[in-house]
Amino acid sequence: VFGAGGGTSSYKEAEETDLIILWGSNARNAHPIFFHHLLRGVRNGATMIVVDPRRSASAEFADLWLGIDVGSDIALANAVGREIITSRLMDTEFIERATSGFEAYRESVQEWTLDRAAEVTGVPADAIRELAHTYALAPTAQLCWTLGITEHHNGTDNVFSLINLALLTGHIGRWGSGLVPVRGQNNVQGGGDMGALPNKLPGFKDVTNDTERARFEAVYGKTLPSENGWHISQMFDAMECGDLRSLYVIGENPARSEADAARVRRLLGGLDHLVVQDMFLTKTAELADVVFPAAAGWAETDGTFTSSERRVQLVRKALEPPGEARDDLAIIVDLAAHLGHDWGHPTAEETWNELRGLSVIHAGMSYERLEKLGGLQWPCGDEDDPGQPFLHGRLWEDPLKGPRAPFTPVEWVPPVDELDDEFPIRLTTGRRLDSFNTGVQSGRYRSPKRWGESLDLSPEDAASHGLTDGDMARVISRRGSVQAPVRTDPNLRPGLAFMTFHFPEQVDTNLLTVDAWDPKSGTSEYKATAIRIERAEEAP
Amino acid sequence: VISEAERAAIDAVVGTDLGWGDVARKATGGRLARGGAMLRSRRHLLLPALQAAQRAVGWVTPEALEYLDSRLGVAPADSYGVATFYDLLRTSPGSRATVRVCNDISCTRVPLDDLGDDVAIEPVSCLGHCAHGSAALVEVQGHSDVTVTPVTTDRVRAAIEGHAPANAPDTIGGTLDLLSRVGVVDPGSLADYVRHGGYAALEKAFAIGPAAVIGEIEISLLRGRGGASFPTGRKWSAVARSDATEKYVVCNADESEPSTFKDRVLVESDPFAIVEALTIAAFAVGASRGFIYVRGEYPLAYKRIQRAVSAAREAGLLGRSVMGTDFTFDVEVRRGGGAYVCGEETALFNSIEGFRGEPRSKPPFPTEVGLFGKPTLVNNVETLANILLIVAGGGKAFASLGRDGSTGTKLFSVSGRVAEPGLYEAPCCATLGKVINLAGGPIGDFRAALIGGAAGIFMGPDRLEDAMSFEHLAALGESYGSAAVVVFDETSDLDAVARRIAGFFRHESCGQCVPCRVGTVVQQEALERLLGGDATQQGILADVDRVMTDASICGLGRTAASAIRSALRLGLIGGAT
Repeated sequence: VFGAGGGTSSYKEAEETDLIILWGSNARNAHPIFFHHLLRGVRNGATMIVVDPRRSASAEFADLWLGIDVGSDIALANAVGREIITSRLMDTEFIERATSGFEAYRESVQEWTLDRAAEVTGVPADAIRELAHTYALAPTAQLCWTLGITEHHNGTDNVFSLINLALLTGHIGRWGSGLVPVRGQNNVQGGGDMGALPNKLPGFKDVTNDTERARFEAVYGKTLPSENGWHISQMFDAMECGDLRSLYVIGENPARSEADAARVRRLLGGLDHLVVQDMFLTKTAELADVVFPAAAGWAETDGTFTSSERRVQLVRKALEPPGEARDDLAIIVDLAAHLGHDWGHPTAEETWNELRGLSVIHAGMSYERLEKLGGLQWPCGDEDDPGQPFLHGRLWEDPLKGPRAPFTPVEWVPPVDELDDEFPIRLTTGRRLDSFNTGVQSGRYRSPKRWGESLDLSPEDAASHGLTDGDMARVISRRGSVQAPVRTDPNLRPGLAFMTFHFPEQVDTNLLTVDAWDPKSGTSEYKATAIRIERAEEAP
Repeated sequence: VISEAERAAIDAVVGTDLGWGDVARKATGGRLARGGAMLRSRRHLLLPALQAAQRAVGWVTPEALEYLDSRLGVAPADSYGVATFYDLLRTSPGSRATVRVCNDISCTRVPLDDLGDDVAIEPVSCLGHCAHGSAALVEVQGHSDVTVTPVTTDRVRAAIEGHAPANAPDTIGGTLDLLSRVGVVDPGSLADYVRHGGYAALEKAFAIGPAAVIGEIEISLLRGRGGASFPTGRKWSAVARSDATEKYVVCNADESEPSTFKDRVLVESDPFAIVEALTIAAFAVGASRGFIYVRGEYPLAYKRIQRAVSAAREAGLLGRSVMGTDFTFDVEVRRGGGAYVCGEETALFNSIEGFRGEPRSKPPFPTEVGLFGKPTLVNNVETLANILLIVAGGGKAFASLGRDGSTGTKLFSVSGRVAEPGLYEAPCCATLGKVINLAGGPIGDFRAALIGGAAGIFMGPDRLEDAMSFEHLAALGESYGSAAVVVFDETSDLDAVARRIAGFFRHESCGQCVPCRVGTVVQQEALERLLGGDATQQGILADVDRVMTDASICGLGRTAASAIRSALRLGLIGGAT
């Protein structure tokens, strides 16, 4: 909608805002550093509302927690939008000046009465009204989300439904008001910024834009593909039908992290050639023909990280990497040389300066300035540009300069993996505080609060299956089954189960998950799996 | 999983309407929870909840901390930090019963016979029964704590079995203005208190109005009796002046200075007087909520003041429209957790608020930013007792007693080598010799007296004619502090007293600021070497004294070297130097 993939706000804004909404985010466990900023906001008097099927650790801090059904986010967002409109709490002046498509949006949310939304989401109508009124009336508000919004087959639509709310209330483009998709790793933002996306050139220019492509081609001295590449879900589809035969994986562990893991491993194993470049010998690397041991991204390499607030920061090398491990840049340059292309031996700074010549949002970020200023937030057009703490401030200029921000009406569609008599329980996945993703990075560190994988169940569901804490349960989805010890958790309601994917050696949770993915983002629906539970008779 | 006993104990303290208990979960089908700011506003219930949980099962379990997280929104790491701050709270399994025997300056440690495998015997700092020569605090799982004084094995065993023996009565003497009702009135009876003149002062305060009350206190020239001797009237008018809508009054009954027991006697024997005086304070400064923070090691005082507050509330002397006026005021009684530093007023605020009892930096002073960040009047028990005399008799009459700006009477806790140890009231400004003579005079050859407890100073025979007045001592750079007087003769082991004081400060330093945290350790170690014959340690003691006195955040660190400094100066310790 806004043209660039990144959060609109600075972390500091979370500390000074009046209202924090965490929607589909358990930041306290999954984004603990960002959560510190939120906590400071709470301490400074901000109200916090959490929307999450589980009463998560983050919800414990919330003034109000709404325990919605998995995958009913659009129903809730549209009802909030309708309530704001019918109560005349929207920012009409902002809508008229800076947005487009309001009428179509109003039309699209008409059916989402509080009662209908209560039925679909499971949340009481008056709580939905309270969410709507609180958001609309807050002087400033940060609407934050993470994978609870995006890891759905319609994740992009989920995001649109939230953006619509920001446009409706003018909670965008002002200090303290913004949209904050929190990133799960220190440099996810940087990866996207640098063009590690199938449809974008560095600096978020479209691959299909001939003019832009020509600029890059002129500098690179090579013709670039004019069509969008494949995102990861498409790659596996391409492997399935034989179109993709060789794969070069850098710093990812798809054999563990992708949904429907049995299929993924079969496809990776069937490739003609698999190259993996990683710090660790991951499950994916074990399948590889060639493994390049990589230096650690921090401490052992020079370069930059970009955080969720679009802040580019310098990373400095302090140690020589161990053994044969090498800097990613050196590996890629040498690989190019072996393929017959002499790229010389550029330093990290030289590579960065080439990027600055091509990506206008990074143009003003010299290493010298990054060092001196402790990082800069893009866009930063030239060396006098202080960078931007928040985006889309232009929407508040009168008259408006540049294009209007469009409302995007979206329809609610239930999760692909439907509940029925055979698979009556909704399994959702997520993280715990002391583990990270598939455990490649965190598994080797001890933690007093790590108990390994468990099937977390409401006390009611556990009781009705005759299970108590520590019992082995067999978890069966339409795709596979795993065994896991039961852990009862009163933060879950009956019908809702939770697992992580931190301990694939112990329990391969992603054998259960559905590979349905969002055609717009390529992200799989990890968050909504239909399961049934049985007592496991024998020990695993 | 948390035990039913703990859950019930915690729920009884924090309630079940907010947060995430079974009640909320069932009511909303697991769909909705409220908490946040409302929940966090109950943080102040953390210490009472921890105390209740420990009382139920003998210690603060990890499960109790987890449960408190769901009920109060305080992370387990945070509440663990609070639980481990207080000596009386345990975070590992304890015995069925614990006997904490006073090992402080004025007491003899009575050796106890074996009380069984499930009874632990631990040392504890002064329990405020110095006049009786020995005391123990008996804690039995599932029961209220009781104090046993004096200590014998049989008496302690009886207390463990739930038949606490009657304790030795407190000896009092002297002028008997402040102490007029002590031992006379029934501390459990509001009617008896009223019969002895109770609530006449509050009635008069209502009649003359807040400004006149503060005026009388200013005229009285009363100084605070907690140790710092700040002019009370100035404090009251500062809080009264503030136009904040929310203000608090706090009674500091966390009397922890070793060898001091005046506040304990007042609260135990005349509890309604403290409630009445605090009500007058609230009326005068415009507060509607008050707290009485009683030292954790004073179980009887805690019980009696709690009952007094309930009785006053039932009689319409607290709560909405006190005595039929439009003045609303209520009081909560809090019990300390066993931390000397909480006697410092800002540490006491943190303790009430549910945080570790670490002192805050001043300024801002409590009169501006106090309890819960609001303007707060905090007064010591004895100070409040004086208020009743001033309001009833007028500030001018009060000021006529005394000289050189010191007015009224003063309570002295006298113990050690005197004929009749006890609590004595003397008009300002009696000399040290007069105070000691009130207690029957010294036994043996008077060698020195420790004035003001561990944070105090030693005075030798040449000081017996010194007036125990703020002005006189301030001119010498001294203070009578808590007005404890411990008398020593030639049989007293002053090396042991100095060791005890150094160990006490090392143990009680809250650890927040470096000068005190490190200084109290260095002081104890250097003292140990000095007493072992290494005279060069005097230099180190002088250095660490200067650092602690100059740079500590609060009075604990600033006075931690005081007694040892004066003992060295008088040549009382470290051999003849």
